[in-house]
Amino acid sequence: MTRALVYVGKSVPRDDSVEKVTGSARYTHDLAFPGMLHAALVTSPHASARIVRVDVADAAALPGVRAVLAGANLDVRLGLYMRDKRILARDVVRYQGEPVVAVAADTLDIARDACRRVRVEYEPTAAVFDPRDAMKSGAPLVHPDLGSYAHLEGVFFPRPNTNIAHHQKIRKGDFDAAIDSAEVLLEARFDNPPVQHVPMETHASIAQALPDGRVEIWTSSQSPYTVRHLMSVAFGLPHAAIRVHVPYVGGGFGGKAGLNLEPLVYVLSKAAGGRPVKFVATREQEFNTLPSRQGLHSTIKIGATRAGKIVALKATYVWDAGAYADYGVNVGRAAAYSGAGPYAVPNCWIDSFVVYTNKVYGTAYRGFGHLEVLWGIERAIDQTARKLGLDPAEFRRRNLLTLGDATITGETFTAGHGKPVECLDAVAKAIDWGTPSSSPASSTKRRGKGIAMLHKAPAMPTSTSCSAIIKLDEDGAADILVSGVDYGQGTYTVLRQIAAEELRVPIDAVHINSDCDTAFTPYDWQTVASRFSYMGGHAVIEAAADCLRQIRAVAAQIFGVAPEKIVCENASAYPDGEPKRAIPYRLLALGYVYPNGNAIGGPVIGHGRFIAHGLTHLDPDTGQGRPAQFWTYGAHGVELEVDAETGEIEILRIATAVDAGKVLNAGLARGQVIGGVVQGIGSALWEGFRFDKEGRLKNPSFVDYKIPTAKDLPREMVPILLENPQPDGPYGARGVAEHPMISVPSAIGNALYDALGIEFTSLPLSPEHVLARLAEKGVKP
Amino acid sequence: MVDIELRVNGQAERASVPAGMTLLEFLRDRLALTGAKEGCGIGECGACTVLLDGRPVTACLVLAVEADGLDVRTIEGEATDGELSALQRAFVDAGAVQCGFCTPGMIMSARALLLRSPHPTDEEIVEAIAGNLCRCTGYEAILAAIRAASEEGGEL
Repeated sequence: MTRALVYVGKSVPRDDSVEKVTGSARYTHDLAFPGMLHAALVTSPHASARIVRVDVADAAALPGVRAVLAGANLDVRLGLYMRDKRILARDVVRYQGEPVVAVAADTLDIARDACRRVRVEYEPTAAVFDPRDAMKSGAPLVHPDLGSYAHLEGVFFPRPNTNIAHHQKIRKGDFDAAIDSAEVLLEARFDNPPVQHVPMETHASIAQALPDGRVEIWTSSQSPYTVRHLMSVAFGLPHAAIRVHVPYVGGGFGGKAGLNLEPLVYVLSKAAGGRPVKFVATREQEFNTLPSRQGLHSTIKIGATRAGKIVALKATYVWDAGAYADYGVNVGRAAAYSGAGPYAVPNCWIDSFVVYTNKVYGTAYRGFGHLEVLWGIERAIDQTARKLGLDPAEFRRRNLLTLGDATITGETFTAGHGKPVECLDAVAKAIDWGTPSSSPASSTKRRGKGIAMLHKAPAMPTSTSCSAIIKLDEDGAADILVSGVDYGQGTYTVLRQIAAEELRVPIDAVHINSDCDTAFTPYDWQTVASRFSYMGGHAVIEAAADCLRQIRAVAAQIFGVAPEKIVCENASAYPDGEPKRAIPYRLLALGYVYPNGNAIGGPVIGHGRFIAHGLTHLDPDTGQGRPAQFWTYGAHGVELEVDAETGEIEILRIATAVDAGKVLNAGLARGQVIGGVVQGIGSALWEGFRFDKEGRLKNPSFVDYKIPTAKDLPREMVPILLENPQPDGPYGARGVAEHPMISVPSAIGNALYDALGIEFTSLPLSPEHVLARLAEKGVKP
Repeated sequence: MVDIELRVNGQAERASVPAGMTLLEFLRDRLALTGAKEGCGIGECGACTVLLDGRPVTACLVLAVEADGLDVRTIEGEATDGELSALQRAFVDAGAVQCGFCTPGMIMSARALLLRSPHPTDEEIVEAIAGNLCRCTGYEAILAAIRAASEEGGEL
């Protein structure tokens, strides 16, 4: 029997909005505990230096200072995939902004005052800032001890005595033979600068080291269980000794994945006799000390036939990891297996190098390397199309992955992957592709259109898992417990919809934890990679089924029928065909009581889980294997206007199609698309780190680093969500949260070519950048 | 220390504060009104926006002593008797909230606008929140919420 969906797919409003619009939602920023101390940092003014001497005597002597720590006090190495990082720099500093000394004091003012009294003597050493230089022999080594670092073996391949933290290879077919046979060749280079996530809540963590060896942590994080696990690895504590609370999180976008400030506040708390210690990053530290998106330098070579079929593609990706590997090595891995775009490429050769430099380090950021590689690929696809004299949309149509094609890692493209070509066609239609833009109002302005494809799969370990618990309350309502974090995406609301649908209860009778707490909410790897609705959705479906099984067992006994003859509907259970005999869940939730007082059953608590299945590590020499639980495809179509006098770009309209499989909540999905597109416009038009020649970040504030404001919206945004189902997704859904950001710069770059006839190869496409290229080409307004 | 007297959300407050204490620190640390957030500390992100005698200010750039004798309104004063204001309700209904960290400041900027211009144009709405950064929503739903609240009109 197929039931019409009551909640899944509907625009149910988010469950946390009332708390958020009243200011009562509590974030880590807002938390305070009795006796809590405040921490501040001394950071390195140098990009590369030896620490000669650290004198903290004056700082420690200041009244109200409870702990002062330097790297020499801490013999711990941290790292997600590569244990290459200290809590505080020890012996050397590797980037400007790196924490060197930390102070915990009664007030933040005292802690900052103490930091000003710390004297650190440095001896600057040779630095390397461009990862291409860092790959050359004889380059200064950012980590001379790289060969001795513990790392995730079999997945990452650091090269000792170089700056290469990881080299990911993809080898498919015979590239050399195929490129020789190609009738049309394109070779091009592209660059992306490092970019900041800019969550509105900066990183914040509180820890208290308890006298019995346990530690309690409150943190603005995407990853309660990963924080717990990595703390356990770093400090040799049993997992149960570490309790991680995650209250509301003010944005993450990947920057709050993994482990960040938690070890710092823990060691400060220990040093301060176990008082809770809070550290909140300043906005400048958010830019300068905490990790960013890596920069990228791409070299792309495409060979095609005259008929417009790609026969070979070679790409070299050189990632600017900055001083530490963190997530960067995995970005370099994941973006490599996506590194030819969503196209059928029979002969492919990709080298993706993640390279240490003396800059602030990189981590995951929405899109996980895909915005960066597709900036190059999707611009190169347009250039190849023009060499062929083909319409760029038509060239894509001829090469997009379709049934039976193999991806560059050897995965077969099936109907369950969705339909990339439908995404392309949808955005082409939405921007009247093929029809020239109307004339701009001003003679200094030019208009153009561009299209770009996107794709991404969750980048996660082959054994990634999660779980959910559903408890029925005395009144028959359901409480969901999960440890995935809803830091804005809306997944909690989606999980409530799924539970209401499965349990057959009203949505208002389904609640979900707003805080995560590793002592009570069940395991989830971490909330990254657009896999929470997919994996958490499955876990909630299974937990609901477990609840229903328990309800049916009790109802079967009451009614004297087999459990499979019990129907659950309208928050009640009854024998099939006899709805009038229904017993409400509230009389079953804690166990059923007969009129004579006898009781049966017991509290209904369901458990569900999900684990990634069928994934393999990639072959170290060829990159062949199955890295992706599912793929999500999409496209953008852009029409823009550029002012040749000012260099300013205005987006007239942007259409974005994503094949969601099944839209679980239309309003929230739209929110992800609009939010992602605008964030992508930031990457396209303004955002990027600028360093001086000593490697100091020149724009670590909102004064000098512009992100989109309400004034910068496109005149029109058209989200299009397609529903070609994912066979193993909950209700057919696949992840869509990161994707709308990917390839926004590519589509804008393609449209800018259409408008000006100038190839832009580096981001951002700021007014200064546009004007410089116009001047170089002698284009007059 | 400086003695100040002011009204916060209609409530009389008297305090002795350090001369350098910001209004944001005073609200958050002394009065436990943590709805206003610190997003940058230099008046560039708008997360700490509150109303000072009806005018929107970034509370991180105003000293507590500057609020002496004035009327401060924060997000905590926006709902009355547990009922959301029309503006708050519009934010909920329009899906104008994601992570929510910018939301209190965003609503206070919108409130200031609606106080001086109950039926603003789209340009006025954009201008009013141009100093409030949001990284999640892409602003579209926020603009729609303010527009919807202004169309309902009147009720403050």
